[in-house]
Amino acid sequence: MERRTFLGLLGAAGLGAALAKPAHAAGHPEFKGYPGSFGVLFDATRCIGCRRCEAGCNKVNELPPPPEPFEDLSVLNKKRRTHWWTYTVVNRYDNISGAAGPVYKKWQCNHCLEPACASACFVRAFSKTPQGAVTWDGTVCVGCRYCMIACPFEIPTFEYRQVLTPRIMKCTLCHPLITSGKLTVPGCVGACPVEALIYGRREDLIQIARKRLCDFPGRYLNHIYGEHEMGGTNWLYLSGVPFAALGMREDLGTLPAPELTSGALAAVPIVAAVWPVLLTGIYAINKRKNAIAQEETAQAVAKAMAQTQAEAEAKLKKAMTKAEADQKAAIQREVKKALEEAAKGPGQEGE
Amino acid sequence: MNTDIPAGKKSWFTPFNVVATIIILIGAVITFLRFTKGLGGVTNLSDNNPWGLWIAFDLLCGVALAAGGYCTSAACYVFGLKRYHSAVRPAILTAFLGYSLVVFALSYDVGRPWRLPYPFFVQQGTTSVLFEVGLCVFLYLITLFVEWLPSCLEWLGFRKPRDLIVRATLALTIFGVVLSTMHQSSLGALYLIAPSKLHPLWYSSYLPLFFFISSIAAGLSMVIFEGTLSHYYMHDKMDKTYLSEHDSVVRGFSKGAALVLAGYFLLKVIGIALDDKWDYLLTSYGAWFLLELLGFVALPCFLFAIAVREQKLKLCRWAAVLTVLGIVLNRFNVSWFAFNWQLAPADRYFPSWMEIAISVYVVTIGVLLFRFISTYMPIFYEDPQYREHVPHEGEEEERPEFVEHKLHRHPQTFGH
Repeated sequence: MERRTFLGLLGAAGLGAALAKPAHAAGHPEFKGYPGSFGVLFDATRCIGCRRCEAGCNKVNELPPPPEPFEDLSVLNKKRRTHWWTYTVVNRYDNISGAAGPVYKKWQCNHCLEPACASACFVRAFSKTPQGAVTWDGTVCVGCRYCMIACPFEIPTFEYRQVLTPRIMKCTLCHPLITSGKLTVPGCVGACPVEALIYGRREDLIQIARKRLCDFPGRYLNHIYGEHEMGGTNWLYLSGVPFAALGMREDLGTLPAPELTSGALAAVPIVAAVWPVLLTGIYAINKRKNAIAQEETAQAVAKAMAQTQAEAEAKLKKAMTKAEADQKAAIQREVKKALEEAAKGPGQEGE
Repeated sequence: MNTDIPAGKKSWFTPFNVVATIIILIGAVITFLRFTKGLGGVTNLSDNNPWGLWIAFDLLCGVALAAGGYCTSAACYVFGLKRYHSAVRPAILTAFLGYSLVVFALSYDVGRPWRLPYPFFVQQGTTSVLFEVGLCVFLYLITLFVEWLPSCLEWLGFRKPRDLIVRATLALTIFGVVLSTMHQSSLGALYLIAPSKLHPLWYSSYLPLFFFISSIAAGLSMVIFEGTLSHYYMHDKMDKTYLSEHDSVVRGFSKGAALVLAGYFLLKVIGIALDDKWDYLLTSYGAWFLLELLGFVALPCFLFAIAVREQKLKLCRWAAVLTVLGIVLNRFNVSWFAFNWQLAPADRYFPSWMEIAISVYVVTIGVLLFRFISTYMPIFYEDPQYREHVPHEGEEEERPEFVEHKLHRHPQTFGH
């Protein structure tokens, strides 16, 4: 208890006047989170599934009362997820090999170092605050729900029954309440009776987790969930059973979500720059090709016409020459005939 | 059409009109419910399944199937295939209506539709693929509107602005192709951020490329498919040029579609090979994937090729229908059937009847608008006053024929 309060006070002191900045995460593979940002360490080996964290969250965030009271543990018989009326849920996992009894897991927004929701939002409604929380701004949200598609932890929820002002609802790490001084630790952390939750600087939490892994090697699996998953999260988990047995994805990889789309986005300006040049080029080549084809056709036609004309002229000339020759021959013939007749004439007359 | 009714006195009371009216009325009621009870009142959407049929069909299929606009105008104006000129206007009109209806349908799907301009004018989320999709769709819708405007201005008789736009045809076409390349591919890129939710057989770093290439096949096939439908129902609005060019459009586009589908098929196979996902082919999802790949990509590709080779126009049309269905199947797979495959069956999504009804309603509005515009505006025929190009010497003789044809048009086509 003491340590948690101490870390919590440290958190409140460190917040200062720092305000939320939009997440400019894409294209920074070296980003390791804001230094000194806060998070929570959840220890599944300590959790007793009492649901008091759910009640604490519900109270500080002024969410509607649930149909079954928080003391009713029978709701744990069913697997639940976050909804607009509950930012966090505890689920019970039975019959896990290697575990003596049921194991519980508290689930809520993991406050990624480079959040998928923030990178996916087309109005920058999400912010990764330097204090660690991922927050949502209702004044710009369009309600497209792409954040819900993008989130690998299936966390953001939507008020489907709200007609005019449906909101995206999710854990805020009690950021507004802590910055305004109403709380020193998140509501769930403050309500935990067994110190399964610790609030503090992420670097310190990793140290604490490592120490526990060192001190109790038989008790834990050597894996701090959230240290590297999806590029790292401000919420960290320790467990004695495989995280997959607690319904947590172990196949998410360590790549931060923004990097999944940065390649495709980088191709956009290339298309915008290259396509017009390429298409205008294709157009110009086609136009030139057509012009050349037309020119060639015209040339061929002219040539053919010239040839035909020349041929016709030659034919005409030949015909003319022939006609001339014929004419000449005819004249000669006539002259010859006349001469012959003239030569014969006097002879006849003389007889 | 009913031949008993004399010309000019056609009854409004046709089966098509009755069905359309019923759909519109149902749609109006659901619209009222949507905006009084919220999304939860009419849809089966949930926190696990935030995107349903309105994204899978109205957005993804709507945009892909409206790709005929940029494909046809690029073929005609950029690639210089002038003999497809008469196919440009119907394709542009389809694309313009398609994109308008995409935006219209989105106003049902998003939580606060009146904020749809926010990403452009209030706060820009430039790291989001959806921002890029939105911006491109927004700009392309304006481009399509301008490209469609000449037919409207010809109808209204405004020659000067019409001529001004026609002079910008090439610039508009290139702008349209650039925007289409970007947002068609980005619709696939939307899913790049969710590798843990989309089945590995459909998730690929090639998703943007798959979406872009398949949109070309979709566009070409839609032009063939729609041309066939229009032939049945809008025949009396078509001029000689359209009718004489139509077969060559079908042949040329079929050839193009066969090539594009072959490329798409190879890319899909490379996508599987690249990530070494062969093992998944032996699962039940693998069978479904193979059905899509073999039955709706390879088969239509093959049919197109045979149809072009054997000059069978009817087979071209069937191949086009198969391709269109294949694109719809692919978009459904990516956004619905293979999405959230990690969830328990009880948590999976199936649309409510009201979601389906709204999608049918949106398509019906599109068909009605298409019919109205192509009835009154020069879409399937060229207004002789506004002939696109001054005929060359060779074409000069065509002109009197066209006028002559106009005189004969009515008695000729009344039997249809």
